[in-house]
Amino acid sequence: MQRKAIFGGRALPYALLLPQLAVTLVFFFWPAGMALYQSVLREDPFGLAAEFVWFENFAEVLSDPGYLQSLRTTAVFAASVTLLSLSAGLFLAVQADKVRRGAGLYRTLLIWPYAVAPAVAAVLWLFLFHPEIGLLGRALNAAGIPWDYRLNGGQAMALVVLAASWKQVSYNFLFFLAGLHAIPASVLEAAAIDGAKPVRRFWTVVFPLLSPTTFFLLVVNLVYAFFDTFGVIHALTRGGPGNATETLIYRVYVDGVDNLDLGGSAAQSVILMAIVVALTAIQFRYIERRVHY
Amino acid sequence: MATLALEGIRKSFGPVEVLHGIDLDVADGEMIVMVGASGCGKSTLLRLVAGLEVPTEGRILIGGRDVTALEPAERDIAMVFQNYALYPHMTVFGNMAYGLKIRGLPRAEIARRVQEAADLLGIGALLDRRPRQLSGGQRQRVAMGRAIVREPKLFLFDEPLSNLDAKLRVQMRAEIRRLQRRLGVTSLFVTHDQTEAMTLGDRLVVMNAGRAAQVATPMQVWSRPADVFVAGFIGSPAMNFLDATLTHGGTAATLRAGPVLPFADGRRAGPEGMGLVLGIRPEHVLAAAPGEAGEWEAAVTVVVELAEPLGSETVLHGRLPDGEELTARLPAAEVPALGGAAQVSLALRLPAAALHVFEASGGRRLDPVA
Amino acid sequence: MPEAPAPAPAAASRRSRPPRDWNPIHRVSWRTHLWLLLGVAVFCLPVWITLVGSTHDASTIGRGDVPLLPGAQGPENYRVAWLEGGGRFRTTPAWLMLRNSIVMAVLIAAGKIAISLLSAFAVVFFRFPGRMLAFWMIFVTLMLPVEVRIIPTFQVMVSLGLVNTMAGLTIPLIASATATLLFRQFFLTIPDELVEAAKLDGAGPLRFLRDVVLPLSRTNIAALFVILFLYGWNQYLWPLLVVNDQSLQTVVLGLARMIGNGDSQNEWNTIMATAVLSLLPPVAVVVLMQRWFVRGLTETEK
Repeated sequence: MQRKAIFGGRALPYALLLPQLAVTLVFFFWPAGMALYQSVLREDPFGLAAEFVWFENFAEVLSDPGYLQSLRTTAVFAASVTLLSLSAGLFLAVQADKVRRGAGLYRTLLIWPYAVAPAVAAVLWLFLFHPEIGLLGRALNAAGIPWDYRLNGGQAMALVVLAASWKQVSYNFLFFLAGLHAIPASVLEAAAIDGAKPVRRFWTVVFPLLSPTTFFLLVVNLVYAFFDTFGVIHALTRGGPGNATETLIYRVYVDGVDNLDLGGSAAQSVILMAIVVALTAIQFRYIERRVHY
Repeated sequence: MATLALEGIRKSFGPVEVLHGIDLDVADGEMIVMVGASGCGKSTLLRLVAGLEVPTEGRILIGGRDVTALEPAERDIAMVFQNYALYPHMTVFGNMAYGLKIRGLPRAEIARRVQEAADLLGIGALLDRRPRQLSGGQRQRVAMGRAIVREPKLFLFDEPLSNLDAKLRVQMRAEIRRLQRRLGVTSLFVTHDQTEAMTLGDRLVVMNAGRAAQVATPMQVWSRPADVFVAGFIGSPAMNFLDATLTHGGTAATLRAGPVLPFADGRRAGPEGMGLVLGIRPEHVLAAAPGEAGEWEAAVTVVVELAEPLGSETVLHGRLPDGEELTARLPAAEVPALGGAAQVSLALRLPAAALHVFEASGGRRLDPVA
Repeated sequence: MPEAPAPAPAAASRRSRPPRDWNPIHRVSWRTHLWLLLGVAVFCLPVWITLVGSTHDASTIGRGDVPLLPGAQGPENYRVAWLEGGGRFRTTPAWLMLRNSIVMAVLIAAGKIAISLLSAFAVVFFRFPGRMLAFWMIFVTLMLPVEVRIIPTFQVMVSLGLVNTMAGLTIPLIASATATLLFRQFFLTIPDELVEAAKLDGAGPLRFLRDVVLPLSRTNIAALFVILFLYGWNQYLWPLLVVNDQSLQTVVLGLARMIGNGDSQNEWNTIMATAVLSLLPPVAVVVLMQRWFVRGLTETEK
């Protein structure tokens, strides 16, 4: 898409682009290039010499049982967060869509958690589920369920999923609510006249009509679970206990910052970039399709 | 106030040439209307004069000064856009004053000019409003006001009336004409509406496919159209065209439908049997009983396909025996009751004096030999 | 004429919508409210616990006698949190962390808006060699979030000497494909005639930017600002990498640091007070600027 009316000027457009391009080049392309470069090098432990090793780093990363484990962990984590936050968001949106009085108030009360940083959300849930000081953590222990997310991997996973989903429910709620508002009442009335019972109407008419929203949110939530939840894990579990909550992003951080394995970390970065590219491509194909409707 | 001259203007967009060499001289204070179907290049021509496009070839002179290479702001012109292009976030005053502010006029002078223009246009009470609070007609006036305050050498109007409803359009049309006369500013007005063109212009430029088909006063354009295109474009309902050949030593035309029509105004030069197109306006077609044609007339019979009663007149759409269409605009009293029956035949007369003669190839007007 | 801003689609459809009687539980509407209130409760519970905790003393919380109603220690806890900081290491006081967070969030939001506005203006209102290349370069950054290039980006920061500076904290985050795309989209809707009218009025590109484009972009800027402020405020990984100077500590990261490994001997009361303080600015922004927030969310993500 282009516009017809434009301004003349040779240097000015470049000057206007300069700040953005400078930041982009220095902080995006340079590091991304470095990641690509380092991913095919191996440095000695003192960083004195580097050797070109082709795809050895990738081979090593991909055959490392720890990495494969964290791939599985990420899959479980992302799927759980997405499923939990999507279904809770949809459920609340359907309820809120029915309300006429106080709808605005409910909306306000249900969207503010989106403002909370993932790491702060993690801290809030920690206050609740801490085995010694948390209301629910203590209640669970008192009820005879041994609860300590610091020792039990499954519980740790449950807690990070809960903390990570919490704020995302708000986001999904907002979009589902908008999606529900966009469904014309006449379609629902037609379904009612056709004799479909309410629950059936929801699953055969409303839910299919929401599918563009659902698909969009699916991708957004996956991206969120993959990349934006570092804070939750870092603040709550540091990837532990064991490696029970070590997601791919967390592992890149640990390998690069704590273990100083530059080649391995760079190879992981490149793999992650490939995942982002794939997710972005899916998202854009979907947007394109929607535009062509 | 100034003259405007266009010399050999050509314009291409990529490989497509949309203007094929336009020459035009506009006198000081004259109102020129450029009229044509959409895509004929009339708007492009206006934008070239405005400096919003650069001609591929040719020169533009305003008041004798070559402005071809100048920026729009340096040409001392003002333009009224089709959608008015008012700045939505500025008040009426702000809209009218913006160009003057940029030119660095003193505040008092700006206020005076805006007030004067606003009073002239009857929008003096609206100066604090924003465009969205105005009606279509008021926005139109603001757009005019923005042009007037600049006191330019040249007004450019790009279909400024096409977004108004029919009644308002007639009213604004008259107002623009009065205003232009009163201010005496040389103006170029682009429209696709022939009524607007006829009523507004001192002279018309009838554009066809990137060329000026005819440059003349409205009455000349109507009475002596330069070619088949102009003849068909100006006038409503549109002129009838009938195929014919040159016969009788150039003194008459034989219609494809049969009848022979002598030329009332003189002999045409050309080989016997040359292809012609005869034009006759629907309002010049007369009703008659069959076989009653006089010397300077041709009698034809049409099968009426549609009659549109307009009250005092009726427009008949019919077909000649050879299948050609013929439209006639007759006084209602002269139209026989057609009833609902299809295939009613009706005798009509084509008076030779109302005939326009064009060459079949090229469509140029064929005038009598002097 | 695109003069009147189009009403938000949600608002428009709500007005024209007849009541929904298709719904399964519509007749028993108390259940709907019950579910919604339950949702609100789940959202508010952790905050309530934190708020209550922040008004008790450390030993009450450390013992595990989790109170459900506010205590009397509030003023003292907030004073300590605000002025001294808390946690095992008596780190940075909350006022400083909050200031850092606000400065960082505002700089990131304003910086992103400024450079995106300029680059979108250049891409939309000019034709120049390399225009599409520039556009794609900006666009591709969508696919390179900090999270996937942690180490090399940190190395760049080291070579530029930006570690432990506010500049290092903010500048690398101000490139924004999303904001550029949004502004581009909006600029494309500005009618050509408006540009031409401005040219005839004698306005050059910069004047047009200042007098026409900026005023017309106000709502977009406001909506973007809310979203980008939250984006900046919520940064975690980046400050973790770039800053270890206590005086540049941001509140989100500082809060997590105060907790350490979650030892029950922590000064939980101070930590909870800090948590409450850390919630206030972003939640206030969302609640007070809800209209812009909703608009910003829906427009940046589409």
